[in-house]
Amino acid sequence: MAGKAGEDKVVCYHCGDLCTREHVVYDEKDFCCNGCKTVYEILSQNDLCTYYDLSQNPGINLKSKNFEDKYAFLDNDDIARLLFDFADSTRARITFFIPSIHCSSCIWLLENLYKLRQGINHNRVNFVRKELNVDFDPSVITLRQLVELLATLGYEPQISLEDNDKKQKKSINRSLYLKIGVAAFAFGNIMLLSFPEYFGFEGLDPGVQKFISYLNILLSLPVVFYCAGDYYRSAWSGLKNGIVNIDVPISIGIITLFLRSLYEVLIAGQPGYLDSLAGLLFFLLVGRWFQNFTYQGLSFERDYKSYFPLAIGRIENDTVVIVPVGDLKKGDRIRVRNREIIPADCILMSTRAAIDYSFVTGESNPVSRKVGDYIYAGGRQVGENIVLEVVKPVAQSYLTQLWNNETFSKSETGFEVLINRISKNFTIAVLVIAIAGFGFWAFSDLWIAMNAFTAVLIVACPCALSMATPFTLGSAMRIFGENKFYLKDASVIEKLHRIQHIVFDKTGTITFNQESDVSFHGHLSHDDLKKIKGLALNSTHPLSRAVASCIDSESDISELNNFEEISGKGLRGTFGSDEYRIGRIDFVINTSKKTGETPSGATVHVSKNEALVGHFTIENKYREGLHGIVERMEKKHFFSIITGDNASEGARLREIFGTHTTYRFNQSPQDKLDYVANLQKTEQVLMIGDGLNDSGALRQSDVGISITDDTAGFTPASDAIMTSSSLEKLPDFMDFSHISHRIIIAAFIISFLYNIIGISFALSGTLSPLVAAILMPLSSISVVVFATVTTNLMAKFKSLL
Amino acid sequence: MSVIILLIIISIVVALGFLAIFIWAVKTGQFDDTVSPGIRILFDDKKPEPPKTKPENDKNPTS
Repeated sequence: MAGKAGEDKVVCYHCGDLCTREHVVYDEKDFCCNGCKTVYEILSQNDLCTYYDLSQNPGINLKSKNFEDKYAFLDNDDIARLLFDFADSTRARITFFIPSIHCSSCIWLLENLYKLRQGINHNRVNFVRKELNVDFDPSVITLRQLVELLATLGYEPQISLEDNDKKQKKSINRSLYLKIGVAAFAFGNIMLLSFPEYFGFEGLDPGVQKFISYLNILLSLPVVFYCAGDYYRSAWSGLKNGIVNIDVPISIGIITLFLRSLYEVLIAGQPGYLDSLAGLLFFLLVGRWFQNFTYQGLSFERDYKSYFPLAIGRIENDTVVIVPVGDLKKGDRIRVRNREIIPADCILMSTRAAIDYSFVTGESNPVSRKVGDYIYAGGRQVGENIVLEVVKPVAQSYLTQLWNNETFSKSETGFEVLINRISKNFTIAVLVIAIAGFGFWAFSDLWIAMNAFTAVLIVACPCALSMATPFTLGSAMRIFGENKFYLKDASVIEKLHRIQHIVFDKTGTITFNQESDVSFHGHLSHDDLKKIKGLALNSTHPLSRAVASCIDSESDISELNNFEEISGKGLRGTFGSDEYRIGRIDFVINTSKKTGETPSGATVHVSKNEALVGHFTIENKYREGLHGIVERMEKKHFFSIITGDNASEGARLREIFGTHTTYRFNQSPQDKLDYVANLQKTEQVLMIGDGLNDSGALRQSDVGISITDDTAGFTPASDAIMTSSSLEKLPDFMDFSHISHRIIIAAFIISFLYNIIGISFALSGTLSPLVAAILMPLSSISVVVFATVTTNLMAKFKSLL
Repeated sequence: MSVIILLIIISIVVALGFLAIFIWAVKTGQFDDTVSPGIRILFDDKKPEPPKTKPENDKNPTS
């Protein structure tokens, strides 16, 4: 089994991560951390090791997960009731959204959960939606225990009340499947019944012919009245808003086809065009299905509610009661534990706290606060428990107010997709031609005039035209997905094509979130470094972690005594007779000097027996490929860098992004939004960001892309989600959006050619059902084939596939 | 000639039957998740083998 990769690189048997020096060996297998080992232990005790046979190193890394009594709020009945799909005293059903589901082993393990714990009856995974449906007995295993079991195994469910509203989503897709099925049924049968007509079997009994024609009408009824319903609705709502969208000529075409066929069958005794009608709708619906493809496992609509906790410990008469965050009132006292998020704007009651705002402001280092300080919601407490007094309820807190901004309430308008711009002119042209044809024939023969008029409307029905976009953009969207760039819907590609200005957030977007460049300046022996590492490992502070990770030797804690972490200052400990301190300069040696910020990043000073021996500098680490992005795109695009951080990194940024880029520092979330809105007066703006602080700007921009290291993590609402490793491909993605645009135009030209041929038949009054039955599907199919094949070929050519 | 009408009716009825099956399949959610059933069918049901004894030595010691 896979335990080793390469010669001396040991990978974790459970999660496949590289093992560091301090890895755990258990049962002759290597594990990168205790979390992974624990999961293996649980599984092996319960005879569930098939998990490891199905995929290689399938597990989920547990290093950064720590939940203690994070899920205590699930014992609160009011909250639990909201989460259940169904519940009575002995049976409950719940659906969890588990972003970390990723392979067949996951499915296997989650569906065998009942072997692990009594009380679980039945569970089923929906892989596409990353959901787990559990049927359990709440009198045997509580909801909290169930969630904790999942979390221990690495499958931490994402619980938010907001996710519960999504359940209606399913039915939309189902109705599309139904419509395609019905259209296919009608199309196939009508075509089959029309075969005698195509081959001109004269010998057919007139009675049989009549029977077939009536049957065709019967078969086409569900197509016209059920399958095509969305097109009428969309055309009507477009017209009401004064927009002639592509569904208008489609609806006209469908209705004319149907009425003309009714006339032909019932009055003229001719076969009609019902086969073309059913075929048209079948192809249209397939196109719609292709375009409606979405990444169901990803959420593009999250707001602060899915980031904030559901419940928090409120202090009532000296005991802590878990209450939903929505119930917090001004004056309540709350207890916030290590790594918990502060849900509302508060005043600090404890003596001190260190708050990590990295996700909110982009500021990477925790800030220290003292008693009486005002604390904004959204930060994470790092260190011991703190007590806070609520000043504003959750919905009115500083950060959540951003969501009350009108940007979040307005629906997306103003963007006119290419197809709709064309369809306006197209519809007018078709109507003009049809009326001209009618006028031309009207003087000689009114019947031919009517015939030509309707035939133009029928044959000009832009089905091929309307299929060019979905198939090109649908393919492009899948190609982007292969490159870990996930779009909310296909229209984002058209918007990308028009982007002129690209705005980057700094922290977490163009720099690494977790990693940093750490270097040591000073003189320390190897032994000393080992002890410093031992000291640093005892702390969860991000700077301590960074220091620990940079020392490349084993830690030494054999003689560590009197360890103490002083929040906001540093760490101290004695090894034998030597006292080591790391942290702020005024902490490590007795001086009144404040820790000066070095030109970039943070500094951690080190002292031994109160003598300064050196310092670590921790700098932001920039992602690779930024130079390439700038070089390839600066000719056609403007850049801006906008960050909540101070200007200390300015010099380094200028090195990468050059002097033509606009730099804005110390920007609040609202400033970012305003900046983007201001640019939009003259330009189309692409915003790339990662945190809650960017969410306003992401929403305001024409295209907002959120960058994430792990698609299972939280991403703010945006138009697209990109994994950080794909950022360097941004120029390729932009290029490809231009290519797709050209492919669509080429496909339009092809379908126009078909229309010209069709219209010339129609105007001469000789459009036979056979010609229509051949021409309409042929044009649709050739456009579909052209669009998908060219898009995929171009992707191969551009090495995106 | 009425034979052909009869045949057409039968064929449509059969086709309607398939349509009904399709509609039932969609309504019961069989198209909601198109990935996991394909994986699930490949899982072997592990036979509850008695621990630490070789199968050759004892066949079905309990039942």
